Parts: sequence; structure tokens; C-alpha cells
Amino acid sequence: MSFSEKLKNGKFIITSEVGPPKGVNINKGLEEAELLKGKVDGFNVTDLQSSVLKLGSLAVSHLLAMRGLEPIFQLTCRDRNRLALQSDLLSAYVLGIRNVLLLTGDHPILGDHPQAKPVFDLDSVSLLKVASTLMEGKDMNGNELEGKPDFCLGAVVNPGADSLELQLIKMEKKIEVGASFFQTQAVYDLEKFKKFMKKASKFGVPILGGIIILKSAGMAQYMNENVAGVSVPEKYIKMMAEAEKEERAKVGIQIAAELIKGMKNICRGIHIMPLGWERYVPELLDVSGLV
Amino acid sequence: MLAVQIKPEEDILPRISSKKLFIFQCPGCQEVYFPREDAAALIGSLSNQITGKAVLDYLCNRDFVREYIKEYSQQIDKAQAVLVFSCGVGMQVVSSLLEDKAVYTCCDTLYLNGFQGFTASKFNCNQCGECYLNYTGGICPLTNCPKALLNGPCGGAREGKCEANPDADCAWILIHNRLERIGKLSLLQKVMLPRDYSKIVIESLSREKIER
Repeated sequence: MSFSEKLKNGKFIITSEVGPPKGVNINKGLEEAELLKGKVDGFNVTDLQSSVLKLGSLAVSHLLAMRGLEPIFQLTCRDRNRLALQSDLLSAYVLGIRNVLLLTGDHPILGDHPQAKPVFDLDSVSLLKVASTLMEGKDMNGNELEGKPDFCLGAVVNPGADSLELQLIKMEKKIEVGASFFQTQAVYDLEKFKKFMKKASKFGVPILGGIIILKSAGMAQYMNENVAGVSVPEKYIKMMAEAEKEERAKVGIQIAAELIKGMKNICRGIHIMPLGWERYVPELLDVSGLV
Repeated sequence: MLAVQIKPEEDILPRISSKKLFIFQCPGCQEVYFPREDAAALIGSLSNQITGKAVLDYLCNRDFVREYIKEYSQQIDKAQAVLVFSCGVGMQVVSSLLEDKAVYTCCDTLYLNGFQGFTASKFNCNQCGECYLNYTGGICPLTNCPKALLNGPCGGAREGKCEANPDADCAWILIHNRLERIGKLSLLQKVMLPRDYSKIVIESLSREKIER
């Protein structure tokens, strides 16, 4: 069953992530993804995450698709104008990619090429609209396509961002122009997430709650200070700080599993962002009771 | 004021139908280009709605505008909306001084490579040729958001500050607050189409108009 069919039939969805390498050594990433075959329903492939130069998400999505691992191709507006975005969407389709996650993208000033020209010709909402138009057999200027792509279109929402109301307004616009599922920023505060879900569930679109396994107390503090909408509660920071170095992964997994259990009955699935800890994802799924 | 053209009527009239209006008009940069006849025609067609009109050079000068607002305060109070005939800078200045009023621009500012108007201002105009200020409470998303987003915030702001430029406020949070204040939050629900860059990349477009 494909990812989009699972979304429709109500199954609890688990997605994970493949972060393309900085370079061309792709084997490790693909092997780690293979370990999750049959355990997760899709793999996001990040598009130069945090504006740091990496191997492209289109190529890696294609390699996953060739191995029978269902990719969710992330495409941002940061580096491409409307011609390139439309062309990459068409390319993705002929390369066997059926799920795309469309985002605005981080500003280049935050990454390792701060001198780069920020493109942002479209934004996440207009890009979703353009993708929907391609699926109807037309480019965004109304010109006919020879053969039309068919995608499952996804988008993101940040439940902890400044002004929940603004997030919900933008989320509704994304649904209006074709988003059929959402993945969220990492959740650590279940009460806040419940509040968000209470308001967002009325849209009737599947939402996958974001999970990042904590690696250390320092990482938690860094995210609290630098990542918008992420607030790791003090109790988790304390648990990580008190754990011996070799116990940290176990404690991080335990915290993530607790969050997953808390989210399980209030949203349609989870989206795990391993950030280099792909090897711990099978254990996390096990501890969470998801496999 | 930079070089402007009057917006199409369908962009203006539905917002102000049967409302009482006060008008600010800026002939400041008219040596460059101002569509005097088009402006007069539009203002003439609204004559029975108008509570008053202030014509002043350099709407971009915030101190001047503040004085004029005091002088015309009674007529402005009577109006339900304020219409501005000026470039994007003048519009932003008026809007910033009348935070509880709906302020609309009647003009699109045309692109003039290198020309930034006469008065230095804390407000910038991108001269995009399709002014968005009527949708954003008079706060420009092109010059105030580093990603120039048209459909709402990226979600990266922390404590109201921009992720890419932490010295600056998040433009979309300011836009949200302003629209809430004037009771126009529903404007945020509109899906904004991508900008038309052909309006600025062909510089002759505006030059031709000016030479007309």
C-alpha cells in the first residue's frame, strides 16, 4: 500500500527522514534507510536543510524509490525560481517520486553559504498551488502539459510558533491549495500540542507530529534558544543532564517514546527526524510499541 | 513620492463602497511622474463620500504628516477609511500614524532603477508595481520580510523577532497585529499569487510611462 493510500485509509502513519550527505558517499544513508524498510511508511529527504549545502533531495529521493523505499521529496523555494520549481516537480514524477513536501525553506543567511542569493520567488502556499495546477495538466501560466504528474502533496506547520493563530490561518490556506497531509516541527510539550490539535483537527487533514530524539542536555538547551517553536521542558533537560554518557541514547529514546505514546491518540501519525541518529529509530519504534 | 500609477478600480472600490473617506495626496515627486488626471477622475467619482482632503508635498516626511493629521483631525475622525495617493513610502507613513484606521493606497509604485524618492525614511518601497499594502495593514512584506513572503510568516520568529535578522521585528507578526487592530484579520485568509517580476525587470516599462 502506498503512502497516500495509507493516509486515506486511516492507518497510523510513521515517517522518518534521510538527510543527504555533504558529498557523494550515499551508501551509509541508504543502508540506514533499508534497516527501516517495512517499519516506516515514508522517508522525507531534506532539501539542503538549514541552508547547508548537501547532495540534492531529488537524487536521493530517486535512489530510495529505486530500492522500494517510499520517498517524500522535500522541495523548498529558497534556491529555485518558478521555472526550476515546476521543472523539478515534473522531473521528480518521471523519477518515480509520488510524495512531495513543499516548504518555503530557511533563509541562506542561516547556513554555510550566507552570501547566496535568496530566491523565494514563490512561497510554500503558492508552490502548493502551482503543484496542484501541474497535477491538472497545466503550468502555472495555464499552458498545457504533455502528460500530467500525480502527487500526494504535503506541507509543514509549527504548532509552537509565535502566534498559533497565524500558523492556523496559513495551514488553512495550504489545505485550500492542495496540501493533503502535514508534518510538524518537533514536539516536546504535549499540552501545547494538544491545544494545537484541538484547533487544527477541524480541518480534517492528517497531521503527523514531529519527534526529535534528544542527544544531550546541551542539544535541548540549544534548541530552546535557537529553534523557533521548540520548547523542551526542564524535566527532560534534567533527565538528559543526569544520564551517563553511554546511557544518553537510551534516555533520549525513553523521552521520545513517552511523547509518541502521548501523541498517538491525538494525531494521525508521527514524523521522526533522526538528525544523524537513524540507527536508533528501530529501537525507538520498538520502545514506543509501534512495531 | 516615486513614480506611480492608479490601481485598477476593482482593487479599490469594493473596499470603500459607501464608506466615508479622507484623502491624502502627495504631489511630491510629480516632476518624476504622477498620473494627475487619473487621480482626479477617481477622487471626483468619490466626491459624495469624502470628508476632507489633504494635499501635501512629501508624504514620506513623517513629521509633516503628523502635523497635517493634527490639523485635519476632525475630518479624519469622521472618515471610516483613509485613501492615500502616493508611493509605497507615503502610504506606509500615513498608515503608521493612523494605526486604528483602515488606510488604503490607490497607487501602484513603478520601478525606477536607482531612484528612491526625495526624503530619507525609515520605510522602504520596493517599487514592485503591484502594491500589497492594502492586504497587509500598510506594512510591506517585501521590504520587511527577508524572504518577501506574501502568504504569512515562515514560522521562524522568536519572541516576535525575525529569524534571519534578529534585530528586526517579524513583519508578519506586525501585519497580524495591525490587521487585528483594525478588524481586518480576514484579509490574511486570501491566497496571494506570486509576484509578477516582469513589472520590474523590464525597466523601460516605467521609463516609457514617465516619458509619456
